[in-house]
Amino acid sequence: MSGPECEQALREIHGFLDGSITDDTREAIRTHLDECPPCGGAYGFEEDLRRIVAAKAIDPCPGELRSRIARALGIEGQADS
Amino acid sequence: MADQADFAEQAMPFMDALYSAALRMTRNPADAEDLLQETYLRAYRGFGGFTEGTNLKAWMYRILTNSYINIYRSKKRRPQETELDDVEELFLYRKLGGPASLLLGRSAEDELLDWVTDDEVKDALEALPEQYRLAVLLADVEGFAYKEIAEILEVPIGTVMSRLHRGRKALQKELYEFAKTRGIVSETPAAGAAPTGERAGDASSSEVK
Repeated sequence: MSGPECEQALREIHGFLDGSITDDTREAIRTHLDECPPCGGAYGFEEDLRRIVAAKAIDPCPGELRSRIARALGIEGQADS
Repeated sequence: MADQADFAEQAMPFMDALYSAALRMTRNPADAEDLLQETYLRAYRGFGGFTEGTNLKAWMYRILTNSYINIYRSKKRRPQETELDDVEELFLYRKLGGPASLLLGRSAEDELLDWVTDDEVKDALEALPEQYRLAVLLADVEGFAYKEIAEILEVPIGTVMSRLHRGRKALQKELYEFAKTRGIVSETPAAGAAPTGERAGDASSSEVK
């Protein structure tokens, strides 16, 4: 992870994963990632980390609260669902 | 203009996501429940101001965020600063062995899934300073784009990007602390060293393949 292409890939990693870089830059990085296992590994890691954070930070809304809000909004039919 | 009668049907599906976000913001279930109820009541009353066809989920998050700031921020202010100067890009990846782990045939995902628990992810998020926490929640948990986050938080896009950058670093630093506590990484991993420690039951995935 030391050439200029590696430096670009590292600099743009969040832009790439956030979808906020141009198509040309994205294409250049994608080509580089195919050729450079260390950078490919780093991108894979950051991507996995985001997916894991999103998947593990979920708390279902308690049913009692759901019913309470539905009642407060005057929606009797929704209270059980 | 949106019809109030349609509010419940359209907004109820976001309840789990909004409750999770409320919990990360308030860091306790009782406040999260109050915050969620307040959010739905405010949204219901204000639904006439919602433009049909625009992003209702983002609109609900904006109300959640505003309600949180109005109700809770003043009484639970915490220091905002955190020391991140020593946190480099790819901090956690490098600490977990970096490119060397690839040579051992273990994917980064296996490694992460091996050790980090739901509670640790939640604790790591909740440990972030508030400004970073909101940005990271909206981007990495809820998947909103920079522009949507800017609208939800009512700050410029550049501010969103800088909070995300620092927030993600801080999150990796928090997760690394958990990894250290559990002996998954040592304080100064040697280059190329696989994470060691109490992984006896996991030998197969640590072997060179």
